[in-house]
Formats: sequence, structure tokens, C-alpha cells
Amino acid sequence: MRKVLMGNHALSWGATLSRVQVIAAYPITPQTQVVELLSEICADGTLDAKFIKVESEHSAMAACIGASATGARAFTATSAQGLALMHEMLHWAVGGRLPVVMGNINRAMAPPWTIWTEQNDSLSQRDTGWMQVYCQNNQEVLDSVIQAYKVSENQKVLLPTMIVLDAFVLSHTMEVVEIPEQEKVDEYLPPYNPPYKLDPKEPHAFGGLTGPDGYFELRYMIQEAMEEAKNVWKETGKEFGELFGREYGLIETYRVDDADFLIISSATIASTARVAVDVLRDKGVKAGLLRVRVFRPFPSEEVRDVVKGVKKAVVIDRNISFGASGIFYQEVKAALYNEEHKPPVFGIITGLGGRDVRVEDIVEMSEDVLKREKPESDIIWKGVRV
Amino acid sequence: MSQKEPEKKVVFSSVKEMPPMAVSLWSMRYNKTGSWRNLRPIINYEKCVYCQICWKFCPEPAISLEPVEIDGKVKPKPVIDYDYCKGCGICWTECPTNAIETVEEEK
Repeated sequence: MRKVLMGNHALSWGATLSRVQVIAAYPITPQTQVVELLSEICADGTLDAKFIKVESEHSAMAACIGASATGARAFTATSAQGLALMHEMLHWAVGGRLPVVMGNINRAMAPPWTIWTEQNDSLSQRDTGWMQVYCQNNQEVLDSVIQAYKVSENQKVLLPTMIVLDAFVLSHTMEVVEIPEQEKVDEYLPPYNPPYKLDPKEPHAFGGLTGPDGYFELRYMIQEAMEEAKNVWKETGKEFGELFGREYGLIETYRVDDADFLIISSATIASTARVAVDVLRDKGVKAGLLRVRVFRPFPSEEVRDVVKGVKKAVVIDRNISFGASGIFYQEVKAALYNEEHKPPVFGIITGLGGRDVRVEDIVEMSEDVLKREKPESDIIWKGVRV
Repeated sequence: MSQKEPEKKVVFSSVKEMPPMAVSLWSMRYNKTGSWRNLRPIINYEKCVYCQICWKFCPEPAISLEPVEIDGKVKPKPVIDYDYCKGCGICWTECPTNAIETVEEEK
């Protein structure tokens, strides 16, 4: 079945097909139509799930954590300030090793109050231990929710996942989306069966005081799980492709085989850059594209494999770590640092606060970078009125 | 999780044996927090009206209820578990009949 869906509703459909059992959400701004549709799906009995309206995003995540601890499949969605308010609970979900899946609409942080896209909200949660997937279209949004439960609930992983999509560019834009058959989704995603769960018949306390003799090992295990998750994302992405005809990896590449100039980006800027690559190719530039889909765990090896073959690379960031540079730019450079042969990597910051980034903008910034020998600074600003 | 209570305290030597999250594996059997107590609450059953307020308020919970027969009726008698009572004082503050007295602990 094919439907015309906005990104928000693609998240709702993904959660529904994943047969989530508990949805907890704060229903007011910065909430979107994600949970509005889910509340209707729960109310009309299509989905047998408990819908909990809560008084804040902090409580929304707390409710998801409680539900997930009992072995229920839990879902929530938020954005910007709402995600920031969840921050403490994000750590609890990771430390509890609870496979909660959440949709996050990438919106710029206030003040000034804004609802347009930027990645600083989710990237501010980079070090919590949540896995993060940056989507480029609404089909990927829907598919990634299903895949996220499969990865998160894997016994070797047991970590929560954030499905990230650009505000408006995806969240409120209608696209044709293939809705997978429920039977096939059930085949792909069996019911969740946790190794440890909150059960009154066999009571145990979770997350209790742990001293230096145990805490260190628990952190080590989270990192091990992240490393393992790289394989699980790849394997389950391949399996998804076999069942549904759409394969997903940690990264996606476009025309990189003979490329000597590489554009690296994420989310919808990456899909725009795909067109820019064609334009540059027509102009005689051997351009290619690397889209980082899974940002945590960071696909260092895959990035290295693609980047080491090119003469010049540029990372386009719709985010900024104030006092440093673009965040994907930092990550890409860090992955390359110990390589013997590495190209100069340029860092562009553009599109903050939802300013439009068009094909011609990416072509222009690429041509600018191609003229330069080396990056003179960590940030090249594009599209800002200075 | 279907694990029987182990005979002695569980100590992990490597992450290979550990559960991935901090989960209590009967460790409180060995971690007797009653040793933290400065004041020991003692229930005067002459004054106790079996209202269960101390049992409800005890945060540990270190007060349990045992059924006793008084004047032909079964009533819930509060009993303090001194292995885990930290002497926080909530029970004697909340007791409506001042039936919980305190004595200082001596070492």
C-alpha cells in the first residue's frame, strides 16, 4: 500500500507497524502530529497500546523507561526544547539498557523561540548513549522506526534509538511512502523479550547505588554494545532490504567510485547534495557524496574507507558546537586523524535555524572549496549575512 | 529473569558475567543499612492503635505488618526490622498516638 505521508505521520506509521505497547508524550509545543495520529490510532482500537498523556517531556521519557523496564515496547516523540527537557531521562534509558525508540524532529533551540530545522537539539544529546539515525526522506523515517526496534532490542545492543528528521523539510512535507505489510513487519520484528525485567513476581531493583567497583564495567559494556550495534545496524539493514526491497546501511554513498571531491553531510542536506553532485559532474568535477545515516554509533571505518580515496572533502553542517566548529566536521576529522593518507577536509556551516539550503548553494560552496588549497579555518560560513 | 537466590554474595570478576544494567541480585541481604542508625525506634504496643501509618510512611520499607489477634479481632501489628531501619525518624514523627519511642544507639 502506498500513501502520501508527512514525516510526522511516517513516524506514527512506523510505531504502529512496530506494534508499540506504550506511547507516552507531552501533547503541546514543541510536539508535532506524530503523537496526535498515534492517539487516534490507539483510541479507535487499531493499535492495542496504552497512550499516556504526561505533563512534560521529562515525564514522557520517564514513562517510556518504566514501560520498557517491564518488557513493553515503548515510543515517544519530541523536538528541540522538549528533547532538552528529557536530557536527564535519556541517561536513565541508556544506563537501564532499555530499547526505547523516539522520534525527534530536528528544530533549532530557543531563544529566540523558533520551530525551524537545525541539528543542535539532537547533537546536544550526542554523549548520552542514544543511537541516532538521521533520515533523508519520509520513507526512511518510517522504515527506520521498525529497524530501530530490531537493533535496539537485540540482546547484544539493548540501547535506545532516536530517529531524527528535519523540521518542515520532512516533518510537514508530504511524500509518497510505501507502507510495509503488517505480516512482513511481524516477521522482521518479533515481540520484545528482555533478559531482565521489572516483574512483581520476581522483584529486583534497577539502577541502584553502584560504587566504583561496578560502575566502570557498566560504562564499558555500553561502549561494547555501541561497537556491536554497528554490525547489527548493517545486518538488519540488509535483512530489511531482502524483505522490503529497501536496504539501509550506516552510511550511504553516491557516485564515489571515481570521485576525487567528496561532499559529506546528513539528513535532507545530503539528499539535496545528491543533485548537486550531478550538477558538479556535468561541470566536469568528479564529485561524490557520503551521507552519514547512523551518527551514533559513529561509522568511523566506513567514513575512512570512502574519504581516503579522494583529494578533497567538505563537510556540510546544519549545526554548530559554539567555540569549535560543525559537529559532523569534528567527527569526520577525528575518524581520519590517524590515517597516513588523508585529504584536506573543509567544514561548512549553513542553514542554521532552518534557512533554506538549495542545490545551487551546495554547488556554489563546493566550487568555493575547490578553489582553496587548504582550510584556513575550521568554519566556512555560507549563507549568513555578515 | 529466573534466577534462584545464590547461597553467597554475588561478586563479578569480569563483564562477561555481569548483567548489562545495574540490577539488584540479592545484594541487600549483605548490605545491612541498619548500622547507619543513630536513634532506634521502639514501638510501645500499649499505645499502638494498629493504624498502619508507620508502615505506610517507612521509606525503606523496614516495617512489616504481622497479623495478631486482639479481643477476637485480627489486627496488623507493625514490626521494625532493625537490620534495615536507618532511624530516619519518619515513623515516630507520623505516629498519631506517639507510640514510637526512641533510644540512642550505643556502639
